[in-house]
Amino acid sequence: MNDIALKIKELCPDAFLASKIEFGELTVTLKREGLLSACRTLHDDSSLDFDFISDICSVDFPNESPRFEMVYQLYSIGQNHRIRVKARVPEEDCNIDSVVDVWQGANFMEREVYDMMGIRFNNHPDLRRILMTEDYEEGFPLRKDFPVEGFGWRDQFDFSEQ
Amino acid sequence: MSEDQKDTVVEYDHYGDDTSNVELKEGKPQKRIEDMLLNMGPQHPSTHGVLRIVLDLEGETIVKATPHLGYLHRGVEKLAENSTYNQIIPLTDRLDYVCSMTNNYAFVRTVEKLLQVEVPERAEYIRTIVAEMQRLAGHLFWLGTQALDIGAMTVFFYTFREREVLLDLFEILCGARLTMSYYRVGGVDRELSSEVIDALYKFIETFPEHVDEYNTLLETNRIWVGRTKDIAVISGEDAINFGLSGPTLRGSGVNYDIRKTEPYGVYDKVEWEVPLGKNGDTYDRYWIRVEEMRQSARIIKQCLDQLPEGPIAADLPMITYPPRDRVETDMESLIHHFMIATQGFDVPEGEVYSAIEAPKGELGFYILSQGGNKPYRLKIRPPSFIHMGAFDYMARGYMIADIVTIFGTYDIVMGECDR
Repeated sequence: MNDIALKIKELCPDAFLASKIEFGELTVTLKREGLLSACRTLHDDSSLDFDFISDICSVDFPNESPRFEMVYQLYSIGQNHRIRVKARVPEEDCNIDSVVDVWQGANFMEREVYDMMGIRFNNHPDLRRILMTEDYEEGFPLRKDFPVEGFGWRDQFDFSEQ
Repeated sequence: MSEDQKDTVVEYDHYGDDTSNVELKEGKPQKRIEDMLLNMGPQHPSTHGVLRIVLDLEGETIVKATPHLGYLHRGVEKLAENSTYNQIIPLTDRLDYVCSMTNNYAFVRTVEKLLQVEVPERAEYIRTIVAEMQRLAGHLFWLGTQALDIGAMTVFFYTFREREVLLDLFEILCGARLTMSYYRVGGVDRELSSEVIDALYKFIETFPEHVDEYNTLLETNRIWVGRTKDIAVISGEDAINFGLSGPTLRGSGVNYDIRKTEPYGVYDKVEWEVPLGKNGDTYDRYWIRVEEMRQSARIIKQCLDQLPEGPIAADLPMITYPPRDRVETDMESLIHHFMIATQGFDVPEGEVYSAIEAPKGELGFYILSQGGNKPYRLKIRPPSFIHMGAFDYMARGYMIADIVTIFGTYDIVMGECDR
């Protein structure tokens, strides 16, 4: 597993920031700017061969800077290994390169991230809300500053007093 | 449709009474072709829930299919961030409500990975048996409804007859037929009683004959073959690129089954095979699900034969509930039960992703914990949602009548797709 981390460090020295192994899972942190080219390397290199995208999600850390973290779960069907790739996205410049060119399956996953967390994807073919309605204006539901009961007409109920 | 196609004017020799869009040009009758937008759903009997698709049509051929999701969005991930780990188990039931056991399984396995809990052997066997029972129930449901959508009504009654037996067993096992919440962190909720074991043996004995029965209705049925062969074809390479998984991916001949590649439960202790398709069409995916049912029956049989004695939950008083009979008679156990039910248990800091092979494909949970009794972030990787991402690609060029077959072939459940 350490070999994979070293290999990524060797192939993408500009993008590589850190790696750790926890619970038997490898996590590699990359720079936001170098993410797309690093993902292409991860996909194309024959020994890494990450051809299957399991999932894309994002995490909100409101007290940290940069605020958002993108999390990509990748898997290689040929080599049978998994990796988690992370990149931080700041709130003031909330965008990251889309990886749809590398994995077509990323299309819907990135739309969901945009819908839920408000991170925009550069060069995404069809960046619209996917689970919420297209005219939804109350914000991005999975951000930590969004209340569980939501905004809007629900404000008239007082949820704190049972 | 491209611009030059749109302006194509086709010569038209015969026209009926309707002359509204027939223009006379240089004294000759001509007809203009226009593309049509057709809305399907969200209330449609064969969309398996509330799926809405907007179809761009050229005649009866699909030019583009745009799925509109989210009609069943309940914000499970947001709710999970504000619930203790035990409270999330019933939430996972409502994801893929046709196969709630596998959702429970995927979730508790992820939490166990974070807690590094060792599950007793008997519990692992029971979990595997129940997960395979659920796979049978899920595939039976799929086969019945897919055939019903295509127009073969009889199969539905046969498959639901067997599914009923399995649901009755689930009812004995955990008291519920649909939203079961049977798995617990560290084990399972109740003992697999001898009544269930006997009934299961009896069921497994006759089940392969029932599968043959469904096949006599479908395998060489001219309508079934005509409506599934060469429909929604996708190559193995494309299927991987789109992130398809489960029978949808294996139909294209890609050997990816998490039960084999990253074995969990007791799948590495029993003998079974992974059926693979060749053509990547709907018929191959049907064949794979039917074969998987036979393999599931094999797995259940071997697990029942090997079933060891022992506890059904890990001996971790801080995490697992005390036995039910003690809660009803013993004060300390009642307090203990109350503490776990109200406050939950603390999970160490860390992040894990763990996936299992659900009947529909790779069902994964990603949990980021910052300590405490609630997850900081929980992400579900639902196979149905990701399969819908490939829908447009797989539907283009087919007839409008095939659209029901195409989303049926994913075994889509909207509860899981929209979460």
